[in-house]
Amino acid sequence: MKSVRFALGSLVLLFALFAVGCSSVGTKPGESGASVEDRSGGSGVETSGAASGGAWSGNPLDNPDSPLYRKVVYFEFDQSDIRAEDYDVLRAHADYLASNRGVNVVIEGHTDERGSREYNIALGERRANAVQRFLEAEGVDASQLSTVSYGEERPDVMGSDEHAWARNRRAVLRY
Amino acid sequence: MRKLFLVLLMLWQVQAAALTIEITQGAEGALPIAIVPFGWKGGPDRAPGQDVAAIVTADLARSGRFKPLAIADMLARPTSGDAVDFRDWRALAMENLVVGEVSPNGPGGYLVKFQLFDVFRGEQITGYSIPTTERDLRASAHHIADIIYETLTGQPGAFATRIAYVTSTRGRDGKDRVVLEVADADGYGPQTIVSSNEPLMSPAWSPDGRKLAYVSFEQGKPSIWVQEVFTGRRDKIASFKGINGAPAWSPDGRSLALTLSKDGSPDIYVMDLARRSVRAVTRHSAIDTEPAWSPDGRYIVFTSDRGGSPQIYRVSSAGGEAERLTFEGAYNARASYSPDGRQLALVTREDGKYRIGVMDLQTRNLRVLSDGSLDESPSFAPNGSMIIYASRARGRGVLAAVSTDGRVRQRLGLQAGDVREPVWSPYYQRENRP
Repeated sequence: MKSVRFALGSLVLLFALFAVGCSSVGTKPGESGASVEDRSGGSGVETSGAASGGAWSGNPLDNPDSPLYRKVVYFEFDQSDIRAEDYDVLRAHADYLASNRGVNVVIEGHTDERGSREYNIALGERRANAVQRFLEAEGVDASQLSTVSYGEERPDVMGSDEHAWARNRRAVLRY
Repeated sequence: MRKLFLVLLMLWQVQAAALTIEITQGAEGALPIAIVPFGWKGGPDRAPGQDVAAIVTADLARSGRFKPLAIADMLARPTSGDAVDFRDWRALAMENLVVGEVSPNGPGGYLVKFQLFDVFRGEQITGYSIPTTERDLRASAHHIADIIYETLTGQPGAFATRIAYVTSTRGRDGKDRVVLEVADADGYGPQTIVSSNEPLMSPAWSPDGRKLAYVSFEQGKPSIWVQEVFTGRRDKIASFKGINGAPAWSPDGRSLALTLSKDGSPDIYVMDLARRSVRAVTRHSAIDTEPAWSPDGRYIVFTSDRGGSPQIYRVSSAGGEAERLTFEGAYNARASYSPDGRQLALVTREDGKYRIGVMDLQTRNLRVLSDGSLDESPSFAPNGSMIIYASRARGRGVLAAVSTDGRVRQRLGLQAGDVREPVWSPYYQRENRP
């Protein structure tokens, strides 16, 4: 059963990638495999539009013109407060999740490489929790949300400069 | 879902990339010593595969406490005490001399004999005959270095020990291959303990050196595993909701301190390993993590930002009020006790740089020992003489070591990829040695 679901999920992913033409910003193609598989347990609506291949009528999460396309928010050094400029993106995700109760999302917390690794795991969890609280306050059901912290273990950008650090201090919505 | 993440291979006994060690800062006043190449008393067909004297020489040089004489500078190369003319060695201002020989000892066996001399007095200080095998020859050489080190410095040596560390290599597919490895303390003979496409973190040796606890994300979330180093058998011991991190063995090996966030914020817990039950040692809404036991088992130090910035606190291992230990600077984390319980090694930030510091628990004086900008994960050698830690050089994770007095520095390099989170093993009992 699981493998059938996975195969279906892969198919959906393939079509989605085909339609978009490239992978999204901030998510690697390999990683979105898991998110698609997740979604297939929920609603199946997103498959039809992508398969039709014409104007965007598929999953809004994959639409580059939708605020839902962005699934990453960033944080200041050693902080876990949501930045005001990220409110709109998170509100869009909250609305989407509130009107699609069958969709679940994993919120990943990440940090930059500085400081000790286990402390960064704790800091990453704090960031994921901040996003979770924001989405719940905007009406998302708690059962749709879960968190995991990767600390500094999975940098988005390699490097030891301010640019890389800023890109790595993030929370990612993994649908 | 779970199966997707489980891309994990157990590759025990596989040789991994070798570590090399380079001394980047030597100590003044290192003891001059001559270690003469050992003689071989058997035929040419089954000569030993290891140069025992070379291993002893490298060990003693690496400690920074000794300055071995180059073989080319030796005026004579005796292999037993009765062939030694002490004038040869006084002329070179050697204080100590080591000679030895290896002879066949039954099928596949060797007998390694060595003698340590005081050159000025012209007397033997100590001497041993050690039966060994081809497989254990390196371990026997490290054991000889331990004996010489202890005889001449008064401190036990820590050459016959091992280090565990995590390596990471990014593949062409953009995925990281993460491997937990164990190697001899001189970097020789690295072996894979576990490898994964998901993060592996926080290796911790059991007090007998036979097990490693570590954190693995192989199931898409962190869980703590305990694995037997020699057999590869392993057990998942903690997989609560949220963080399962920072395992630390109690000195008696019966309990594991760990960080769990199952009830909200991360707190320190102690797990009884036989019963698998956990009890909370701290309860605070701030971050509490990175527990480490005092050698007598009475205290646990940990990192907490309850005061607004990460600092080191100490709590009774039975629980109760925590006492703040560090006040200098805005970032002090990941403390661990020296083997004598008098000092803490930790990560401290100064001028935006993360460095390894040592705090004297009596005076509360903090000394910075390392000179990198992203140094982390300090771990004491079991004799307290050196601290191994993770650093970055030319954009890569490397291991480095510094003597506890700050005088000797070494860098341990890996041929490719990042290496991080080194932890020095405890002493091995002779029967426990691999």
